[in-house]
Amino acid sequence: MSEILESTEIGRPMVRQDGPAKVRGLAPYAYEQPVQDPLHLHPVQSTIALGCIVSIDTSAAEALPGVVAVLTHENAPRLANTDDAELAVLQGHEVGFRGQFIGAVLAESPEVARQAAAAVVVDYEAEEHDADFRADHPQLTEPNAATADTFDGDVDTALRAAAHTVEATYTTPAEHNNPMEPHTTIALWDERGLTLYDSTQGPHPVRQTIAPVFGLQPDQVHVIAPHIGGGFGSKGLPHANVVLTALAAQRSGGRPVKLALTRQQMFTVAGYRTPTIQQVRLGADDDGRLSAVAMDAVEQTSKIKEFTEESGQPARMMYATPNRQVTQRLARLDIPVPSWMRAPGKCPGMFGPEVAMDEIAEACALDPIELRVRNEPESDPETGKPYSSRRLLDCLAEGAKRFGWDRRNARPGQRVQGRWRVGLGVAASTYPFLRQFSEAKVSYSADGTYAVHIGAADLGTGAWTALTQIAADALGVSAHRIRLEIGDTALPVASVAGGSSGTASWGAAIIAAADEFLAKFGVEPDPGAEVQTAAPRDSAQKEYAMHSFGAQFAEVCVNVDTGEVRVPRMLGVFSAGRIINAGTARSQFIGGMSMGIGMALHEQSVMDARFGSFVNHDFAEYHVPANADIADVDAVWLDEVDPLAGPLGARGIGEIGIVGAAAAVANATYNATGIRVRDLPLTPDKFL
Amino acid sequence: MIPFDYQRADDADSAVATVTGHPQAQFLGGGTNLVDHMKLGVADPELLVDISRLPLDEVTELDDGGLRIGATVRNSDLAAHPLIRRRYPVLAEALLAGASGQLRNMATTGGNLLQRTRCVYFQDVTMACNKREPGSGCAALEGYTRYHAILGASDGCVAVHPSDMAVAMAALDATVVVLGAAGERRIPLAEFHRLPGSEPQRDTVLEHGELITAVDLPASTPRRQAYRKVRDRASYAFALVSVAAVVKVDAAEGEPCITDARIALGGVAHKPWRASRAEETLSGAAPSVESFRRAAEAELEQADPLGDNGFKIPMVRNTMVAVLADLTGVEPEAVA
Repeated sequence: MSEILESTEIGRPMVRQDGPAKVRGLAPYAYEQPVQDPLHLHPVQSTIALGCIVSIDTSAAEALPGVVAVLTHENAPRLANTDDAELAVLQGHEVGFRGQFIGAVLAESPEVARQAAAAVVVDYEAEEHDADFRADHPQLTEPNAATADTFDGDVDTALRAAAHTVEATYTTPAEHNNPMEPHTTIALWDERGLTLYDSTQGPHPVRQTIAPVFGLQPDQVHVIAPHIGGGFGSKGLPHANVVLTALAAQRSGGRPVKLALTRQQMFTVAGYRTPTIQQVRLGADDDGRLSAVAMDAVEQTSKIKEFTEESGQPARMMYATPNRQVTQRLARLDIPVPSWMRAPGKCPGMFGPEVAMDEIAEACALDPIELRVRNEPESDPETGKPYSSRRLLDCLAEGAKRFGWDRRNARPGQRVQGRWRVGLGVAASTYPFLRQFSEAKVSYSADGTYAVHIGAADLGTGAWTALTQIAADALGVSAHRIRLEIGDTALPVASVAGGSSGTASWGAAIIAAADEFLAKFGVEPDPGAEVQTAAPRDSAQKEYAMHSFGAQFAEVCVNVDTGEVRVPRMLGVFSAGRIINAGTARSQFIGGMSMGIGMALHEQSVMDARFGSFVNHDFAEYHVPANADIADVDAVWLDEVDPLAGPLGARGIGEIGIVGAAAAVANATYNATGIRVRDLPLTPDKFL
Repeated sequence: MIPFDYQRADDADSAVATVTGHPQAQFLGGGTNLVDHMKLGVADPELLVDISRLPLDEVTELDDGGLRIGATVRNSDLAAHPLIRRRYPVLAEALLAGASGQLRNMATTGGNLLQRTRCVYFQDVTMACNKREPGSGCAALEGYTRYHAILGASDGCVAVHPSDMAVAMAALDATVVVLGAAGERRIPLAEFHRLPGSEPQRDTVLEHGELITAVDLPASTPRRQAYRKVRDRASYAFALVSVAAVVKVDAAEGEPCITDARIALGGVAHKPWRASRAEETLSGAAPSVESFRRAAEAELEQADPLGDNGFKIPMVRNTMVAVLADLTGVEPEAVA
């Protein structure tokens, strides 16, 4: 257990340190980094889902004025390592999914590059592909790298004996992360190696991944990413676009090469959340105590690279029961490679079970909050470890009070306002605590300021601000004496901004460096005094189950005539340990909840299995919530410090806001209408 | 994007002459649809003739009491125009239901009428599409058809027209004023857009080189008007279905009776769909939920839904009933 840092700056809603530069357009995103005389890249993408390229004719493209080179598998430089098939671009003639990069044009302008890419003529030998995701897919397989199946007790026997059961199939569609800033890279080779200006959630993880692909030592790859326009997991690890840009820059005559993916390209090469089919079975006795919990999830992955969403995860740990079964199976298809999207596993995995909890509460004639009270475990059902903190019931109680839960009519379809049916819904939320290895450097300058260096990334989450506050308290000075530098592999190693682990991981490193600095140099150091160190490992995670929890409350209106669903009011109450910045934290929570409303009502990547292609691949056709969809969304948190969650006592907040949100909205639509929709999104046609 | 030439038109006649004389020329208005299509490779004009600065940007009163809307009046200006708001509220409502504020600031009246379908297969040049490439087939027919037609489609094309504005104009009996090499002609809006038939590449009856100069709205228009758009999110989405209604109710011998009903549907066909069967059914009927439903069902008898869009039938029916009930002061069916 670490000593908890005293707070002066921490907790304040300090305004974003990067805000003024951003509103004035002075904060450079990857594509805007000033480079000399760049060339522009545009990819050529496959139009078949499976097969190989017989011939590829680039003559028309090469003949266009302004075209410098057209790269294909026939002439592209060889990569040193092709183990990761997603990253092995232009290394062979095989095609593994529709939209895969099979070429690229280097040109003097992005327009010419795009025109030339369209002029490349490809002759394929297509094979019969399989892009049809379904629960009865004939070749469902166990994941190679995921949590093993859970079989505790005997679920089938318990279900047969249960007074009340719910057995239903719930589905979540494929969803795309769709950060506002597209995936963007500038690559430049020189005698020192490779420089990448990249829109990434982790400069060091990019270096770690890219260096071996090109046969480089990590210190030969310099990644720079001071500002990022969102990622939601899709920039957690580099995708094929980064390799393609670096590869093309080997043929640019030393000129920098720029690539910004189009929105359409982001639907094929930048990751997405797999669709899930969740067979959920719950059994309960007359008192509502769960005698069985089963979650059998089917997901898809790409044949060229395995990714498992782990949507079985929450069912292993949310509620107490003597009989539990959790399995995850994969349909391996000829489709784009899925990847991380905000709260991977937890987010889709809390949809089916949390709607099923609503259903069994009704079967047991219990309020859904009371049902959860009766199934609260004393220790972690998955590991048997004690919790560092589990305050789900406090979140539910606080939320019920604030939201006016007592006004909910347990009978569905009872409240009507004009032509709208009104209902309330609740669901639980959870996200695990994670801390990763990071280092930080603290140095003192003659002007009285402390430089604090760490290679972290700010996706727009507020890392520039929160880390400044942490550094100030760690050094015992006011925030204006901190000069923070992040977003560069020239700075000490930092973990990815993912898994809601950034602030805890980087903050612990900064605190460790500050502690060592103070111990070594005291509060009146000489200019030039400097310390670099890593955060010490923490044993608490071995001994305790450490998760954040939350309660999501939604009020919905469903139009009687048209089936349109609106969410006029939503409240999240979260227990996430200490909150570092009240302003940016609230933005993270309500941002996650807003994305949850999008998951509930709108988001759906439509796969046309005949082609293996997501066909609604732009922002007019793929709907995310717009202003009119987000009304009163509020988030509050329990005032607490988790004494076991490192020296900050903070468990992370980036993802929990989306978890459970869609289930709360779905449960509210049932309360409003009496129609139980188990397939997301909750579009108007489902309520007609 | 393929390189192209650009000219700014000095006057309407020379613009028409230039485009008429160049088979690969197109007029450019606000560019909100055409420029996207040029990036995507859906359109590849060799010459753009920019007509957005022609003096066609005013709303003027006609001698007969009607209103003339210039072809380059921006959608946002038109929606905010006091005469439109007062006399043709269905049009203001439809305009404000379309696109986003930014797009409405750019989009022109003529361009709005000429916007092309949002069918995802039309917009992706790697897919078969008879509208984009005649004879190549229709990938939508057996594909993702949530937004597609339930009325008037053909085996060659099941796309819908995306405009909201045009649906309101269809219900208002508007007339499109067109300038061609041979002079001016007037086309009733309901006949301006085509059904796909065997030529889905032709969205409208315009000949190459013909320029929309104005849209005329008729004088005596009933004041009971409404536009209701149902979509997958609260704003900034194309219609699943929409209903424009213009209704007149007279009380003959104390019993109210519908004497004029003009109804147009959006999101259901290759053109703004004038619901003439529903109108006939309503003519002379007493306003009631029952008569509205009968009218809707009379129209929807011809509906032929695709794999994903059968829901549009009850959605149109319910929306039409709700709009008519609201317009005529009829108590809607109680919520059970």
